[in-house]
Amino acid sequence: MAIDSEVLVVGGGLAGVTSAVAAARAGADVRLVSYKQSSLRQASGLIDVLGYVGDEVVVDPYDAIPELHEDHPYRLVGVETVRDAMALFDETVDGYHGDHTETNALLPTHGGTVKPTARYPAGAAEGVASDDRDTLLVGFERLVDFDAPLAASHVEAAGAPFSADGVTITFPGDLQADAKVTRYAKLLDQNSPVAVDGQKVDTRTALAERVAPHLDGHERVGFPAVLGDDHTDAVRATLAEELGVAVFEVPMGPPSLPGLRLEDRLFEALDRSGARYEVGNPVVDYEGEDRIERVVVERNGSRVPYSADQYVLATGGLVSKGVESDREGVREPIFDCHVPHPEDRYDWFEDGVFDDHAFARFGVDVGSDLRPRAAGGSVEFENLRAAGATIGGYDFAAEKSGSGVSIATGYAAGRAATEDLT
Amino acid sequence: MASTPRIVVVGGGSTGAGVARDLAMRGADVTLVEQGNLTHGTTGRMHGLLHSGGRYAVSDQKSARECIEENRVLRDIASHCVEMTGGMFVKRPEDSDSYFEEKLQGCADCDIPAEVISGERAREREPHLATDVDKAISVPDGAVDPFRLVVANAASAQEHGARIETHSKVTDLLVESGEIVGVEVEHGAKSGDRVHGVQSGRETIRADHVVNATGAWAGRIGDMADLDVAVRPSKGVMTIMNVRQVDTVINRCRPKGDADIIVPHETTAILGTTDEEVEDPEDYPEEQWEVDQMIETLSELVPMLADARSIRSFWGVRPLYEPPEVGSEDPTDITRDYFLLDHEERDGLPGMTTIVGGKFTTYRMMGEEIADHVVSKFGMDADCRTADVSLPGSEEFSVLRDYMDEFGLRSPIGRRSVERLGSRAEEVLGTGEPNPVLCNCEGVTRAEVRDAISQAGADLNGTRIRTRASMGNCQGGFCIHRLAGELHPEFDEATVRDSWDDLLQERWKGQRHALWGNQLQQAMINYALHATTQNRDHDPATQPVDFAAFDSGPGSDRRLGSDTVGEAADGD
Repeated sequence: MAIDSEVLVVGGGLAGVTSAVAAARAGADVRLVSYKQSSLRQASGLIDVLGYVGDEVVVDPYDAIPELHEDHPYRLVGVETVRDAMALFDETVDGYHGDHTETNALLPTHGGTVKPTARYPAGAAEGVASDDRDTLLVGFERLVDFDAPLAASHVEAAGAPFSADGVTITFPGDLQADAKVTRYAKLLDQNSPVAVDGQKVDTRTALAERVAPHLDGHERVGFPAVLGDDHTDAVRATLAEELGVAVFEVPMGPPSLPGLRLEDRLFEALDRSGARYEVGNPVVDYEGEDRIERVVVERNGSRVPYSADQYVLATGGLVSKGVESDREGVREPIFDCHVPHPEDRYDWFEDGVFDDHAFARFGVDVGSDLRPRAAGGSVEFENLRAAGATIGGYDFAAEKSGSGVSIATGYAAGRAATEDLT
Repeated sequence: MASTPRIVVVGGGSTGAGVARDLAMRGADVTLVEQGNLTHGTTGRMHGLLHSGGRYAVSDQKSARECIEENRVLRDIASHCVEMTGGMFVKRPEDSDSYFEEKLQGCADCDIPAEVISGERAREREPHLATDVDKAISVPDGAVDPFRLVVANAASAQEHGARIETHSKVTDLLVESGEIVGVEVEHGAKSGDRVHGVQSGRETIRADHVVNATGAWAGRIGDMADLDVAVRPSKGVMTIMNVRQVDTVINRCRPKGDADIIVPHETTAILGTTDEEVEDPEDYPEEQWEVDQMIETLSELVPMLADARSIRSFWGVRPLYEPPEVGSEDPTDITRDYFLLDHEERDGLPGMTTIVGGKFTTYRMMGEEIADHVVSKFGMDADCRTADVSLPGSEEFSVLRDYMDEFGLRSPIGRRSVERLGSRAEEVLGTGEPNPVLCNCEGVTRAEVRDAISQAGADLNGTRIRTRASMGNCQGGFCIHRLAGELHPEFDEATVRDSWDDLLQERWKGQRHALWGNQLQQAMINYALHATTQNRDHDPATQPVDFAAFDSGPGSDRRLGSDTVGEAADGD
């Protein structure tokens, strides 16, 4: 007997979860299966919608969407769907800001630049760059992914409307040279006493005491994004109170706590939606011709069929192995959906590191119904839709559009799957 | 003539650095100028084989004898640059038996220790060898880190008073009264302030003698004084795998041919190579078929290579030379021997000697011959000591000492650091400060990076070649920003940004040839990190944004006036 649902979503990242939540809220019986950890642990936790069209920075993503080429996922689903999808995100996912305006915010990055984004976690809110409060950036000696003095110089060179200084301090307590970001977060979550000059002081207080001498009139303080995991609001609040200024986090690369926190918020939203989900087993095969009858999940070495009326493919792109390649070509590994790509491998890339690479747009080809299409343009399976980075034809990294496309196409695919239920 | 001759050595590859060290040790006043960083030319683009001489034992026995002699010398004076992996010439069923016997005899003729082993024994040593390999000849091949070796030679030259100028390009030879009397140099803006020397501007460096050790570029230097040095550059591809599929150098036992060697090198295995003449040593096609040929042909020896992960490919240009009257058609027929061209004897223009041809393994011997030639011109009575005095880093030390505990490093980081640093380990690692790892793929710590920066200045490529940071699986995706952070505040933000961008681009160049499978996934991860998370592709420091037009935060009354339109400021 197959494990049954009306809508089966394959993939547990931003696109998959959004799709499952959208479908469940529209009344479908939904199941989500995902294999490994999603790529959210590698993501900044910011929700970009559209930051650049070509080399032009975008102030209002909704205004700029019509400038994108007509096969771009945003054009396929339409600008109103993008708005509706973001409204669903705002309604169902806790802890994010930015929905008070359709204008992008500029957020500092750990590399010292600022980047345009549409939604940002509460922890990053006091760091927005269109704010003239002078800023102190604080780095930790052993935390090698954030060099605060360099980032401060860079953000000034970028023309930010505030003065920025950076300082590197030693994190209080006994940390190994290569302590993971989660270790810092845990120490701050637990707030255990650490020894300072023979006295026992709470970790948060001890950290604030080390920063205080460097405040020097700065009105806000930015830390690398390690300020707690389970109690991040409380950690930030304590530091702000002790320092007497606003406190924010600067998003970092992997492993990214804001990305992991976003994953937690998404799965809470998924829980609330009533969708069922299971994590840890891959979808390895499918049965069916024009329609997918069932997919096969490999569980503890056995092949377990899962059947549904409608399917959503949200396994990600090259990063998450939702799209794979070898020396001969590029493919989508579960359903073998067509992935357009130049025949010659040496046309997959350009010579400059940030040139317009073909590989950055690898993914399945979909029409406005989000159904993957074969090389000739025919629909691969009538009950399969794709969402997120599995879809090709756009460069999320250059555009800063990854989260937005995942939310918009996830929403659209989930809704459409529900409407199509027989 | 001054009692101490002033010598300018042009070229910072193995030959130039070797000559500079030799002459400096003999008491000459040496300046070495290199257009890029050390090893920028052919030296930094070789397969890292320390020849036993076996490869030349049939076709070129003079070279073979020189190789085994220098192989023994380098094991001694450059122990921290050499890994004695051993090597094998393996024979497949379709390879000629009589050539196998010739190879064995050739090794015997040249005093190269060689032993025949069965296919079974060979597979005991290297389990991934093809099951149909019949037999093999075991020889003392090894792996050598060309970067480390050249840096150590330059450091030794410096200890003996030499001046080392990298990123300094010779723009002209000074010719006065029918004699070459020096060089015109343009110092690049990238130079740091230590080994790198002068940061920018032009300089005339007068010399009693100029040594042209520019390898494939020797013709260009010759042209500056209308000297015809007909180097015949020949390109070869090398494809780097992400792990060591073999721990022994694997050669195919057959007459010259493409794709016939696998060299285990640090954490990688390097597949090589091809031999194709090119017009211009800086501008030649790098093609897909060359990479595919490496993988396909060498998987006949080690089948798992067919589906293995490659992290990048690179091409090197051999500075082949033969006297014009030989006239070989095929570059594979050109001798691997070296030639010393005294332009006074050859062209009637005193003041310069050019060295062309030759091989990395015999760099020291070539250096000795040139240095002998140069000192004889000045009546100096000084013997060569480069074969007897260990290079910095290879002085007496024991890798077995417990450096891990001593410097608070965990295994295998500690072991690898110490292997790279050799006898300098204590000096470099013993900082007493926390020493986190910056490059996880290669296990490179902050202390090593800081030490490299103290030598290489702001050029992160110089730090890369000294430490191997950014040379592993992720090709710098996760560490370049960390390396850049170490440059600050010694170097200002704009310089750091520039050097950071240069290293990103340099790492990209080689990865382009490995973009499929897991490495394409890696490239996409890197691109996402650098472009999405860091926004380096649209850095507002170079592409100004209007901060006032953007969201100033929820419930904020801090919205900026329109007079604060952002302009890229001058940094700090």
